[in-house]
Amino acid sequence: MVTATTSLQVEARPVPTDPAARRAWEVAATVTDPEIPVLTIEDLGVLRSVELDDAGRVRVQLTPTYSGCPALDAMRDDVLLALTHAGYADVRVDVVLSPAWTTDWMSEAGKQKLRRYGIQAPSGRAAARGTGPVRVQLAVKCPRCDSLNTRELARFGSTSCKALYECRDCLEPFDYFKVL
Amino acid sequence: MNDPKPGPPGGRAVPPEEAHGDVSVDRLALAEELTGVGASGAGATASPEVAEYALRLGDDSLLLAQQLGMWIARAPELEEDVALGNIALDLIGHARSLLHYAGTATSRSEDDLAYWRDEPEWRNAWLFEQPNGDFAHTIARQFAASVYLFELYGALTESTDPTLAAIAAKAVKEVDYHRDHATQWVLRLAGGTEESRRRMSVALDDTWPYVDELFDDDELVVRLSDAGTAVLPSSLRGPFQEIISAVLVEAELELPTGRTAFTASGGGREGRHTEHLGPLLAEMQVLARAHPGASW
Repeated sequence: MVTATTSLQVEARPVPTDPAARRAWEVAATVTDPEIPVLTIEDLGVLRSVELDDAGRVRVQLTPTYSGCPALDAMRDDVLLALTHAGYADVRVDVVLSPAWTTDWMSEAGKQKLRRYGIQAPSGRAAARGTGPVRVQLAVKCPRCDSLNTRELARFGSTSCKALYECRDCLEPFDYFKVL
Repeated sequence: MNDPKPGPPGGRAVPPEEAHGDVSVDRLALAEELTGVGASGAGATASPEVAEYALRLGDDSLLLAQQLGMWIARAPELEEDVALGNIALDLIGHARSLLHYAGTATSRSEDDLAYWRDEPEWRNAWLFEQPNGDFAHTIARQFAASVYLFELYGALTESTDPTLAAIAAKAVKEVDYHRDHATQWVLRLAGGTEESRRRMSVALDDTWPYVDELFDDDELVVRLSDAGTAVLPSSLRGPFQEIISAVLVEAELELPTGRTAFTASGGGREGRHTEHLGPLLAEMQVLARAHPGASW
């Protein structure tokens, strides 16, 4: 359940106002990211719109986190499947690129779930990123022991959206969801 | 793909626990995605000239991705396998969007364009078909390419063509990471051992002849940039040079100048290519051509 309070939250989760379309949105919103199964596509801000016409046709729009994200195809199939199971007979899922996805759209609830799962959520706002050759990297907190004594091992990690870190206090490696 | 047969509520009898199993909608028709124009729905169709421009950009990215992929399991360290693989994946994403859009002008799919064109039909600049060489050569090529692409996509976000602007807005954020990565390796190799420094220096010398072509203006791109659609390549030279110079000053390396500076003739935008493109295409296209019409 989303309570839209800020314009950013509205932009991140454009839930339809029409009750029937909202029900379809809530079905689509249960689909999770196959690579990060604790996050739904709604948590991520990947679910961009759900429209329902008078004939009962559902049209869903998703946006990729990264241009080459292979999880998108699976999410697309899963949205189609979820809505079909819920009884919607005519479902179409499209991919849109604009507006470009940003980590700023990740929900607070999603960030908490991510941390419990062992992945540190993006810290800081993408909008605040400098464009110069040198960028200041905010400290990344260890999701296990909350230490700030961490180090980036590799900027590119297990998926497009993550970097690999290690904690120098609890000595565990962990993934960090990169700001984009 | 997106026309499930009307049926009773519950649709296909797939138990929820097998939701990831038997899915019959795997074949994604890209013609129905990447509309790039927000909520308008129908994908935009490119004019022949815009398609040609999109083809140039798409070809650059696809060939670079193909070559970076060769490093997987061969890079100097595991993290670099992962990094170059990830960067290649981003570039394939950009290429798919661009080639899909280019194909709308002639009713060809992104796969048709990637797998069924021969050398004279490719529109990439020569830089992107230069071979991987040693790791330093790959980094030198990546350094030039990512700084150029970052400037290009940054400017292209202002395009009056909504599809190109959307692709650029998405790509620029990813290319920013690529640029950062290449820059760090230039500095690391330049400041590493005598051998790594020597190799980085040789690689820059070998790569730079191919940089000029990126900034060539031809009639097509002048027309398109006058219309606000494309970015005038020559306008990117200044910002490109500024970043490259700043990094090289820090690395204490110099680019060849004067009598030792050699500039390749280029011609990739017209379909003239170096001897490196053929083998690259052969490997990339062999599977698709062995199984015409197959989908995966």
